[in-house]
Amino acid sequence: MSGRKNATARRKLFAATRYHAAGLFISLLFIAPIAWSALVSFKPSAEAARPPLPPWPVEGFSTQSYENLQKYGVGIWTYAGNSLTVAAATVVVTVIISLLAGYGFSRFKFPLKNVLFVLIISTVMIPFQSILTPLFLILTKLGLQNTLPGIVLIYVTLHLPFSIFMMRNAFDAVPKEIEDAARVDGASVFLMLRRVMLPLVLPGVATVAIFAFLASWNEFLAALILLTDQKKYTLPVMMAAVRSGQFGTIDWGAVQSGVMLMMAPCLALFLLLQRYYIRGLTAGAVK
Amino acid sequence: MTQPDLAKPRSAKRRGTRLRRQQLAGLLFVAPSVLLVIVFFLVPLGMAFWMSLHNWPLLGRPRFIGFTNYLNLMNDQRFWNAMRFTAYYTVIVTIAIFAVAFPLALFVEKARPLTKLYRTAIFLPVVVGFGSASLLWAWLMNVDVGLFSPLAYRLGLTEKPVNLLASFDTTFWSIVIMVVWKTAGFNMIILLTGLQGISSEVQEAARMDGASSWQRFRRITLPLMRRTIALALILSVAGSVLAFDQFYIIADGGPQNSTVTAVYWIFSQSFVSFRLGYGAAMSMVLLLILVTISVVQLRLLRTPEGA
Repeated sequence: MSGRKNATARRKLFAATRYHAAGLFISLLFIAPIAWSALVSFKPSAEAARPPLPPWPVEGFSTQSYENLQKYGVGIWTYAGNSLTVAAATVVVTVIISLLAGYGFSRFKFPLKNVLFVLIISTVMIPFQSILTPLFLILTKLGLQNTLPGIVLIYVTLHLPFSIFMMRNAFDAVPKEIEDAARVDGASVFLMLRRVMLPLVLPGVATVAIFAFLASWNEFLAALILLTDQKKYTLPVMMAAVRSGQFGTIDWGAVQSGVMLMMAPCLALFLLLQRYYIRGLTAGAVK
Repeated sequence: MTQPDLAKPRSAKRRGTRLRRQQLAGLLFVAPSVLLVIVFFLVPLGMAFWMSLHNWPLLGRPRFIGFTNYLNLMNDQRFWNAMRFTAYYTVIVTIAIFAVAFPLALFVEKARPLTKLYRTAIFLPVVVGFGSASLLWAWLMNVDVGLFSPLAYRLGLTEKPVNLLASFDTTFWSIVIMVVWKTAGFNMIILLTGLQGISSEVQEAARMDGASSWQRFRRITLPLMRRTIALALILSVAGSVLAFDQFYIIADGGPQNSTVTAVYWIFSQSFVSFRLGYGAAMSMVLLLILVTISVVQLRLLRTPEGA
């Protein structure tokens, strides 16, 4: 009896070992390119100009590649600052506008309500790539072409369908009784939204904010077209210019340190707020 | 105008004003979003069509030319090359993504210790932008200082380091692998939600009836996941049809313009050659294709699960 039990246990152990060996291998495969890039960015310049074998720095850690980024254009901090400004502004404006709209679509009755909602949501079907030329001309008319506020407005508009969908669902999930109680206490509409409703829909706000940040921080094509002055470039546009050799011989160590600057905030944000990110992802799959 | 109102009983009047104030408040709440969508989506959409009927240079006066741009499109070999390449890429990359993402979803489905960790690791490349991922892989693919060619050379697989960007096939397949690496995690999570939506009782009952694991996958899992698969498929197709970043950053459309996608060609006609009207006409064609895909998606999603 105990022999057979032992055999089953051994078989189970073997299956588990095989499963986790595969799991670790697959995980390493997906992390490897990121790790390789991270490691080369900390090699001294001369070593970074050779094939990354072995991947880790053998001549000691160095921040030389990051310092070299300062030599391009007006210095990397300007471009990182542009990216951060654009992403932060996109997050704030998207959250405010979709919070208001989500509340309006969830709690109020007004003419054309359904038409307007469907209109906003259906814009996800239209690829923004097909309206870039008119957007360029409209921003020029408004005096916003080649400005960070101009590109923020475009990014906000692109995120509205997803964000408003998320926020309306978040408000729909809040029981009506909570508002009724607050209304009896004589709270105004705005006070109620801020004090009573906002805390209840915060998870939805977190989801909207993460998606808005990642998408605007990483966006490339619109920024490439709409930001024509090199001082206004965001990180992806600037680093693509460095990679294409616009600033002379390509320093691959510097390019990878730029890649790290672009990737690090995304990875950190995702690892910290994974729950809200996955929630947003599956909301579309389940609905 | 307020006269009839006054004639009504006071309570009804007050209710009327309250209702109107309610309506006004609702409209005010949604007004900013509607305004943005009109100014930065609907107006540009109309303009794109209007521009496609013109010879529209960057400077100087646009000239109305009717549907000439569309007629020229028909005979534009380079446009059709870009469309054909985009279609080819879309088919190949979508198959590749599914071939990787579906086994991964099955692999991480059951909650075992460490499974969450594997999911997270596989998902990490998804949150990295296409721009950063392209810059990373452009380096990995570089012949002199990159990883792949020097590694293959040192392992003795090739006689000398091969320039992956020199031929179409190596460029194309390297980029396909990069895109699979970047998007497999996304599709894995979408498929995972579908898998987890299938009740374990159904699976258990089939197991009791003696169905093999392949039979259970074919007859139960796949049909019950139709909606999820359709969603993942459409997202992947729509994303691939609009591909730009990776081909622009890694390959610069080369070698010999063989990896120029539809969006890439529109970009270079509109913003390099400044033929804005012609670019707009191509955009309208692309838009039509995408909307068709979306409509098909909605049709597929509307049919009930498993029907």
